[in-house]
Amino acid sequence: MKILVSAKRVSDPNARLQVAKDGKWIEGDVEYVMNYFCENAIECALQIAESQDGVETVAVGIGDEDTARFIRQGALARGIDRGIYVAAEESEIDSDLIARIYEGVVHRERPDIVLIGKQAVDGDSNQVGQLLAEYLGWPQATFASKVELQGDEAIVTREVDGGLEVIAVSLPCVITADLRLNEPRYASLAGIMKAKKKPLEELEIDDLDLDDADPKVKVVALSTPSGRKAGVLVKDVDELIAKLRGEARVV
Amino acid sequence: MSKILIVAEHDKGIVKKVSLSAVAFARQWAAKTGMSYDIAVLGQNVGPVAAALTAYGAGAIHVADHADLAHPLAPTWAKVLADLALDIGADVVVAAATTLGKDILPRVAVRLEAGMASDVIGIVQTKEGLGLRRPMWAGNLVGDVIITTDTKVLTVRAAAFDAAEATGGNSPIKAFAAQPDAAKSRTRFVSFDGVQSTRPDLAEAAVIVAGGRGLKDKFNAVTEPLADVLGAAIGASRAAVDDGFAPNDYQIGQTGKVVAPQLYFAIAISGAVQHLAGMKNSKVIVAINKNGDEPIFKVADYGLVADAFSAVPELTQKLKALRG
Ligand SMILES: Cc1cc2nc3c(=O)[nH]c(=O)nc-3n(C[C@H](O)[C@H](O)[C@H](O)COP(=O)(O)OP(=O)(O)OC[C@H]3O[C@@H](n4cnc5c(N)ncnc54)[C@H](O)[C@@H]3O)c2cc1C
Ligand SMILES: Nc1ncnc2c1ncn2[C@@H]1O[C@H](COP(=O)(O)O)[C@@H](O)[C@H]1O
Repeated sequence: MKILVSAKRVSDPNARLQVAKDGKWIEGDVEYVMNYFCENAIECALQIAESQDGVETVAVGIGDEDTARFIRQGALARGIDRGIYVAAEESEIDSDLIARIYEGVVHRERPDIVLIGKQAVDGDSNQVGQLLAEYLGWPQATFASKVELQGDEAIVTREVDGGLEVIAVSLPCVITADLRLNEPRYASLAGIMKAKKKPLEELEIDDLDLDDADPKVKVVALSTPSGRKAGVLVKDVDELIAKLRGEARVV
Repeated sequence: MSKILIVAEHDKGIVKKVSLSAVAFARQWAAKTGMSYDIAVLGQNVGPVAAALTAYGAGAIHVADHADLAHPLAPTWAKVLADLALDIGADVVVAAATTLGKDILPRVAVRLEAGMASDVIGIVQTKEGLGLRRPMWAGNLVGDVIITTDTKVLTVRAAAFDAAEATGGNSPIKAFAAQPDAAKSRTRFVSFDGVQSTRPDLAEAAVIVAGGRGLKDKFNAVTEPLADVLGAAIGASRAAVDDGFAPNDYQIGQTGKVVAPQLYFAIAISGAVQHLAGMKNSKVIVAINKNGDEPIFKVADYGLVADAFSAVPELTQKLKALRG
């Protein structure tokens, strides 16, 4: 069995973000971290590989040059077998182009499962897995909080509005990881050493036979939303009730 | 004339209020472009849902009633929605940004060769045409985006659009002969474990009582009596859900629900950016936390530095007394 997992770097959402001069993306000198949901996808792939024989795991990262380093440190050092880096300008790709790049990689690699994050925490689109599944004509199980393989099916518990849904999808399929799927492990020192020798293939978008490399959605302007002003501290419950009744008129 | 197709979500025969926010979006988009809008109702035995939607000014209510559509499995629903959009010549397909909308609409976009914008909070005029505003980086930034394809697909954040009011009128109900092809989807529904509650839906509640990790195993004991007095919905931080004190359906934030009630109580919640992403547009925010330095106090209108285990029961008692 072969599993393709995602390894996307994102600018740390907790850091102070500076909008670039052209207003279309953020400016350099930001901290980058592995997209949290990709960490869950990687962990899930590793657990599957550990629970049965003959599983090969391959991490895919698309983006600026530094992405290759993230594939090595965030995926290969944790135990993923090898990596594929696809070079792309991060400010000029949308989820649709990412999905088509993944489709190109799937045609080369022919995996049984594509396991990726439910959302990228920079663009917050929550689309790639679903788009990819439709491009491939595969079933999907999004927002997974539990994944079990049984024969040629994946039984997946999904976190949906109103509760938990369980669906069974037949392989090959796309699964998108939610945060409660698992606790991602840290890379061990031995893992980091081993990762240095693991294969990491570098590709251009042109190598993947896409019809075109145009995004369908373009960011025209980014801005900082007007913040909320801090209010007042009240000294006790009585004052809180007085404010809510008198000033705010909400209770 | 070009059209917008709105996907109506429903539960137990009742239209979800979030879908009326999608109608509100469609009205705004229609006013700017001269388009009209139709509504799609998919499912099994959905006649009452369709009937309830005829008073919202739609050109038509399209009903795809089929046993294979009983559960919203993405490949099946996406196929039927895309077929319908093509059939009626829709240029825009829109749904609320719920887990259902997020699961299904990207597949519709691929089928229609359309670009898609998620979680839209507004319509903006950009120098490159009519654009959509959406939160990014957990709401720390907002992006104005344009979809360059002729057909456009999007989900809207219900908290950013007041639910459309019924305007009277009588939209015709049209049956759509759906061909769902469920077998080809290779997806099987197994089970659904729903959260049973008699409280209002988080997305629809005027008051929300949200609890955090600090409440520990007293989460219910602290939040429920206050929610009872106020007729409120109960929400939670991710940490409270992770630790098993509240069900996943309660989670508010970047990866949970986005809410904007009249009144939001954040009790023993620190105020991480990912939590704020889901509630900072509430009208009035009250924070109760024993640590006065927490970031939640930077967004709260009224902050009370106190131990929740004593302050919340006191608040509950006093509000109850006031209400008689
Ligand atoms: C990708 C990603 C997505 C995320 N999405 C979400 C999301 O959707 N929603 C979300 O909420 N979080 C989300 N998080 C997690 C978020 O970063 C925080 O970890 C989480 O919100 C913390 O929850 P908390 O405030 O309950 O817990 P803590 O940060 O542990 O805070 C507990 C608070 O309780 C207070 N307290 C303790 N005891 C008492 C007492 N007796 N009385 C009064 N106060 C008390 C403490 O002072 C503290 O402020 C996400 C994180 C990541 C990485
Ligand atoms: N540049 C990228 N490289 C690798 N994987 C990506 C990239 N962008 C998105 N993904 C994957 O697709 C998921 C959903 O992304 P999105 O739909 O853009 O929110 C992310 O969680 C990642 O797992």
